Amino acid sequence: MEPAARLDHNHHISLREFPYIVRWRDDRCKRCGKCTAVCPVKAIEPSVKVQRSIQSEGPTPTPIAVRKAIHVVEQVLDMERYCTGCGTCTLVCPNEAIEPEFNPQHKFYHYKNKGGEPLKRGGRRNDPSVSTLDKLKFTRISMLTDPALDAGRHEFRVRTLLGRILPPEELPLKMVNGKLVVDKESGKFIPPVREIYPIMIGSMSIGALSPPMWEGLAMGVAYLNEVEGMPVVMCSGEGGMPPRLLKSKYLKYFIIQIASGYFGWDEIIHALPHMKEDPAAIEIKYGQGAKPGDGGLLMAQKVLKLIASIRGVPQFVDLASPPTHQTKYSIEEAVAKMIQSMSMAWGFRVPVYPKISGTKTARAVLNNLARNPYAAALSIDGEDGGTGAAYNVSMDKMGHPIASNIRDCYLDLVKQGKQNELPLIAAGGVAKKGNLAANAAALIMLGASAVSIGKYIMQAAADCFGDEYNRCNLCNTGKCPRGITTQDPKLYRRLDSDKVAERVVETFKAADVELKKIFAPMGRSTELPIGMSDGLSIEDKAMAERLEINYAC
Amino acid sequence: MCRLSAITSANYFSPIENIIALETMKEGHDGSGLGLTLKDLGGEFEELKAYPILSGICSKKGIEVVNNYMKKKGFRLEHIWNPKIKAVKGILPRDHYFARVYDYPAAYKDKSAQEKEDLLMNTRLTLRKLGESDESIFVFSFYPDVITLKEVGDPLQLGEFFGLDKNGPKAKIIFAQGRQNTNYQIYLYACHPFFIQGYCSMTNGENTAFVPIREFLMSRGFPGYIGYNSDSETFTHILHYTVRHLGFPLTYYKDVITPLKTSEVELRKDREALKLIKQSLRPLCIDGPNMVIGFTPDGTCFMLQDSKKLRPGVVGGVKGKYALMSEECGLDSDIPKRDKTKDIFPMKYDMVIISPQAEEVKVWNQLHG
Repeated sequence: MEPAARLDHNHHISLREFPYIVRWRDDRCKRCGKCTAVCPVKAIEPSVKVQRSIQSEGPTPTPIAVRKAIHVVEQVLDMERYCTGCGTCTLVCPNEAIEPEFNPQHKFYHYKNKGGEPLKRGGRRNDPSVSTLDKLKFTRISMLTDPALDAGRHEFRVRTLLGRILPPEELPLKMVNGKLVVDKESGKFIPPVREIYPIMIGSMSIGALSPPMWEGLAMGVAYLNEVEGMPVVMCSGEGGMPPRLLKSKYLKYFIIQIASGYFGWDEIIHALPHMKEDPAAIEIKYGQGAKPGDGGLLMAQKVLKLIASIRGVPQFVDLASPPTHQTKYSIEEAVAKMIQSMSMAWGFRVPVYPKISGTKTARAVLNNLARNPYAAALSIDGEDGGTGAAYNVSMDKMGHPIASNIRDCYLDLVKQGKQNELPLIAAGGVAKKGNLAANAAALIMLGASAVSIGKYIMQAAADCFGDEYNRCNLCNTGKCPRGITTQDPKLYRRLDSDKVAERVVETFKAADVELKKIFAPMGRSTELPIGMSDGLSIEDKAMAERLEINYAC
Repeated sequence: MCRLSAITSANYFSPIENIIALETMKEGHDGSGLGLTLKDLGGEFEELKAYPILSGICSKKGIEVVNNYMKKKGFRLEHIWNPKIKAVKGILPRDHYFARVYDYPAAYKDKSAQEKEDLLMNTRLTLRKLGESDESIFVFSFYPDVITLKEVGDPLQLGEFFGLDKNGPKAKIIFAQGRQNTNYQIYLYACHPFFIQGYCSMTNGENTAFVPIREFLMSRGFPGYIGYNSDSETFTHILHYTVRHLGFPLTYYKDVITPLKTSEVELRKDREALKLIKQSLRPLCIDGPNMVIGFTPDGTCFMLQDSKKLRPGVVGGVKGKYALMSEECGLDSDIPKRDKTKDIFPMKYDMVIISPQAEEVKVWNQLHG
């Protein structure tokens, strides 16, 4: 009998506590070592074991115990090297001998706080349930009394406006020979307005994303504009833009973000005199749906030479953006003055709008913006938004769902008659389950003028592994196995920017077809059905009441 | 789809002409209601053009409420016209159908036309409110030189019911809608034509953008933008908002409800203004399919189509009399002696405009401005 001490494993954890259990098949494995080499977290390793087996080789049963050394692939029982379920091992295995399996009984969150450091990760809220957006259905179908349109042949104008829109009463118009003309002598400020595609790519920085990922998105966006005639715009995220792009004609397809760290803005300001085009807009980031109240963080390991030069910082230092803009102390300072400063930098030719995280207080911000004639829009990022790095608790428990947040804001604008003056951009969980067009259309009908996507485009265009079962979600570590959110050339060379661009184009074109398949039966084709809430229903009375839409079952 | 029959003429004519035109377009329709708006009135109203006329239907109780309220507000009754009701099978007569001509309260004698119009509209809205819950009062218009009649039933039978075939009122512009019911219950406030402060329209089709348009209009802070028992009422209010409130020329109504594509806007000489209008009035795009017929206070009539053009509409006639119909057979019935080759079937960019007194027809093309 073994001594009791050797059976006491109280401070060890068993495989059952891990979020993913690696299923390895001895009979299929040829011991090539690819899986262990590719695992981004070293959750599996080759190991040598002693195997005891009973053999009998003679003409009569003569069992003998044989001990031999065998090679196995073994999951590490160290929570710091937990299997993230990314499945890169499966991807490289020539014999389908290995696969991580989600363990619903895991106790990952109980243990992942070594050294008093709570879990940090990338990705988005780990909630695999069906979101409100996916529960919304389009139930106002045009039938007989109002013929439905042919999505394939009818002409659709799937466009929206980004920028402050003057109320009709305030348009500086005068009549000349029976025609209306703009009264240039009125001195009235006409805010810049862009006509864009209603689905935009949200803010993901060139530091958070790898060079080929960011480049792929940018190329895809440029192609959509230049070749497909779809005015899709993309936000830079905080951290500047490549200097050549700033001075190129393609700048007009990009929204430049300024956030609390002001990273990259020295270079942007210096590039201003050399800009051939104005950017599509300027986004001032005040908050992010994935981590409300948190600032940005680019880990030191991701600050390589290229990133350091774009952001104007030394290499290999943590780049933390504060939770708030430190030079500002009130909504007047933070919003009004900053919007004006940014507007002034481009001669009031560029729409400037703030982005906030979804919050119960969004309406307070909105009402302040509604009275600010320079505010070009309000972007609200709901709790299901993604991030490159945040505390798990921020991601999972903080923030406000986008559906009711955007609806409240829209109805507030309706009360003031300003629903067309200040466009609302909705983000956070759009296409969480892959239903891009349906989620976008639902948000538009709740009152959004446009929607923004982030995580989804990483999944659709670059095969990001991340999901709501905490799969992968390694964006913060710089070890992205897909090469999407890493600055390590060994990893990002796995990603082909041309393929990313191709997928961006395919994704948007497909979404465009689907949007038409939604709008056509609803009889809408000329203008985006913003606020067409009678088109929506939900199979939940409380939600229907809250969103002021129909309940259908 | 409703049957629409509008006639504009240099001479007074009877609404029975419109009703007969509706009858010729009847095939396939259920004939669930009739709406009539008469403008530029003749006969007994010819000498009363300056006085506002309250048109509506009341119960016995309702008429007392109307009388008391009007008296209290200082309106003096000048003249009453009641249709001579003839019992017709299937039509349930209500207590009072009327067009009552009033003189303005003394305090309003020297007020501006706009102030007078606001008084009339607010009075109509108050009366509507007073009798809406128990349906004791229906008031359709309160405006000088305009009468509105509405009732549930077959248009031809209603013409007989109201005695319009014999000695009813005559006018130079008459709009008639033969209702094709799409609601379970027919509600009089849902019947076209709709009227507000001199602007009137009736529509064929369905307004798919109804809710955002309604929200936009109701949030203008203008008390007259209420009701919307029919999605088509928004067309009248957009007309009023565009032309009266914003002061835009009539053709911009088409630019508001059926905006051009951005690339098409560039073709217009007034492109700079048009771009701003397209942006600022984006929620008023009707996104049809719709055909709209309307008139403005000066007696200009028009017909337009939206870009989907899934609804019929035709304009034709002779100098001094033109008809705007939803079907050509209606036009044939009313003005058979015309050059049919000159009939106009407005396409998606067209707005057919007929000047007052049916003097001239013009087709305004939105692309060319």
